[in-house]
Amino acid sequence: MLAVNFLILAAVLFSIGVFGVIARRNAVMVLMSVELVLNSVMLNLVAFSQITDSIDGQLFTLFVIAIAAAEVGVGLAMVLMVYRNRRSIALDELSEMKG
Amino acid sequence: MGINTIPSGWFLENAWLIALIPAIGFALIIAFGKKLPMKGSEIGIASITASLVISVGAAVQWIQRTNFVDQTTEGYVEPVIKTWTWWQSGGVEFGLGQHIDGLAVLLLLLVAFISLLVQIFSLEYLRGDRRYTHFFAALTLFSSGMLVMVLAENMVQIILGWELMGLCSFLLIGHWWEDGANSRAALKAFFTVRVGDVGLLVGTAIVFFGAHQWAVDNLDSHGFSVQAISAWALSGEASSSVLFWGSIALFIAAIGKSGQFPLHTWLPDAMAGPTPVSSLLHSSTMVVAGVFLVARLYPLFWEGLSIGPGAINLIAIIGVITLIVAALLAFVQNDIKKVLAYSTVSQLGYMMLGLGTGAWLPAVFHIFTHAFFKCALFLCAGSVSHSGSHHSFDMKKDMGGLARKMPITAGTWIISTLALAGIFPLSGFFSKDEIIANAGYNGYNLFMWLAFLGAFMTAAYMARATYLTFFGTPRGAAAGEHHDEHHDDAHVDDHGDAHADDHSLVHAGAHDDHGAHGPHESGPLILVPIVILTFLASIAGFTNAVPFGENFEILKRYVEPRAEVVAIEDTRVTIAGGPGQSIGQAIGSSAPQAKYDDACGYAAPPEGTVCLFPAVSHAPFKWSKGFLALGIVGAGLVSSWLFSIALYTKRDRRLVGLTERFAPARWGYQFLWNKYYLDHLYEKVIVRVVAYPISAAAYWFNQKVLDRIVDTAGTSTRQAGEFVYRNIDQTLVDGAVNASGLVASETGHALQPVQSGKVNQYGALLFGAAAVAAIVLVIINV
Repeated sequence: MLAVNFLILAAVLFSIGVFGVIARRNAVMVLMSVELVLNSVMLNLVAFSQITDSIDGQLFTLFVIAIAAAEVGVGLAMVLMVYRNRRSIALDELSEMKG
Repeated sequence: MGINTIPSGWFLENAWLIALIPAIGFALIIAFGKKLPMKGSEIGIASITASLVISVGAAVQWIQRTNFVDQTTEGYVEPVIKTWTWWQSGGVEFGLGQHIDGLAVLLLLLVAFISLLVQIFSLEYLRGDRRYTHFFAALTLFSSGMLVMVLAENMVQIILGWELMGLCSFLLIGHWWEDGANSRAALKAFFTVRVGDVGLLVGTAIVFFGAHQWAVDNLDSHGFSVQAISAWALSGEASSSVLFWGSIALFIAAIGKSGQFPLHTWLPDAMAGPTPVSSLLHSSTMVVAGVFLVARLYPLFWEGLSIGPGAINLIAIIGVITLIVAALLAFVQNDIKKVLAYSTVSQLGYMMLGLGTGAWLPAVFHIFTHAFFKCALFLCAGSVSHSGSHHSFDMKKDMGGLARKMPITAGTWIISTLALAGIFPLSGFFSKDEIIANAGYNGYNLFMWLAFLGAFMTAAYMARATYLTFFGTPRGAAAGEHHDEHHDDAHVDDHGDAHADDHSLVHAGAHDDHGAHGPHESGPLILVPIVILTFLASIAGFTNAVPFGENFEILKRYVEPRAEVVAIEDTRVTIAGGPGQSIGQAIGSSAPQAKYDDACGYAAPPEGTVCLFPAVSHAPFKWSKGFLALGIVGAGLVSSWLFSIALYTKRDRRLVGLTERFAPARWGYQFLWNKYYLDHLYEKVIVRVVAYPISAAAYWFNQKVLDRIVDTAGTSTRQAGEFVYRNIDQTLVDGAVNASGLVASETGHALQPVQSGKVNQYGALLFGAAAVAAIVLVIINV
């Protein structure tokens, strides 16, 4: 029952993150939303680790934290470069990949 | 008593090497010959020498084997038979193998020996020839072909060796093909022999279908096996018409190969080849092949042509016609090699006469002796043209009086001539007289007297040739005259025939050295083989000298197969299997039985036994007949000699120009000069009558039928092509291609909006898709 609460929290965080990814124009905000999604996943991993009484989930969480840090580093660097070139980080203006 | 207890020995078991080694030698000469110091001739000589050594070993071991049988059972001496499967088709196995008996051993020895001497002779004779290497290659393969045939265990192998020889004779006769006459002669030899070869194929097929079932049922053998055919022919169960037509067809092959009467025309033209080739071809290989074929399958001919009961048969008739007709032709030849060529044809007639009158052993004996003296005579002719007559072979133009300049050549020639004519005690006396005596003994009296006539003519034409070449006044090149244009003369003189122009193409470099100092004796490489051959021609007769009693009848004891019934052993071993498995095991012990009344060839063998050779009779020697023969030969020699002196040296006015003044003589001379108009018959009549209408009909057929078929086929193909282009290519295939392109393009356009380039939308799609996947997973798992 405790675990279900964790899962509900994770689901809420995931939904907020997804909303942020879809709705935000600001690239930094989108990155932050992605972090929310990742955190919700990590929360799930810890919760399931608690339920199954196994250390594996927590171990994976540590890996995901490290990867998330790297991902944010790359993402922020890309945002910085976009800003330098365009003086804007609005994502709806970055549509050069339109097919 | 089984086969295992009869001594065999390595040489008998491995006699197949005798044929294989020269064949390998041929391949090596072709591959590496030109790079070797002696241009490949050393390989040829080495391989033939190896064959000769093995042949000698095989002969010694065969004698031991026969002696052993004589000491124990006195029965049939089993041949050493081996067979390997070459290929198989429809349950019939075509094998290669060996069938070594006395006949095979004798001829192996003969062929290997003569081939070796001829190759040694060629070393000098063809020195500097432009195709020296190829000459030795073909010569080696030629010997190999004859050896393959002599060894042959079955008919397929006989055909193989037979055709190898046909091919090599073509190559060698046409050795100097730059001269059109030579290549025409090569073609003529090839095609004439080919006419006979049809008989070989047909005969083999007839005999196979006649004998196969019997051979399978009784001997566990097959219808190609020589041994099975022999046993089948003598079993009394063979259909007489199959035997008759089979032997006729096979004899036609022998007619072609051995230059018998209607098809003998190729042999004199074959003189276009180099002299060593003529020598080899006429003494031990090629022409002997036909005689050998008849001797090898003698039971078949014995039964098929009723030789046993003494019937007048085709072989004897053809033999005697050939013997007379060819001897007559030899009188009008001016070319020394052509005299010898017709002499060979005539002597082959003797051999066939012997075979046709039941004188098997004398015929084989005559092969043996004839090889020595005829080879020696040809090599002498080569020696004369090489050193005495400036490469001419024309006796009337370029020879005469050479005995003083070339004493060794003249001496050997004369000895060989006397051997050929049959002067006691030289070899021809024994072998020829045995044929004649046996023909008479077996009841062929007319043939016997015709053979005596042939002996007279042989002596006469050889005396004429000897006189023209070595005696009288020197003429032309023999007198030291050096005329460059003489080969043009030779052609005019020769009625445009294929003529041996050895001179113009050989020795391009050494040519001028020769004429400068006139006729002289040849070198040792030429003389040594001649002397050896002449020596053997003198003494070879003692190998079967009937006049001196049983002890001298060596060939009768060791070569002639015994006419004894042979038991078929119950423990048969099938032929198929590993290399060298012997089918001799199928025919095992021999049981001495009563003689003659129920002998092989006269009555069917008892149940469970087979005969492998008919009981041929042997005429006892009568000195009266011997002296008669000597008298006839002597008369021939002397009368021809005196006639030659009168005509050619004293120019007796009654004789000179007789053929111009006296009409019957002129007609006879013209008739002979034109060789009975046989060439005209073949080339002008048969070819015209047969070939021209056929070619006209073929042309009509070609134009009207084949072309129409081809045209129609072309037109309809084009129409079909257009139809396909319009309906299938344009509509179906292109339609399919265009449609797939269109579908892809439309799909792309339809999906284009998805690629908005907006990260948010991509994210929405990603999460939407993940959500859908999650829902699907949940539904499936629940």
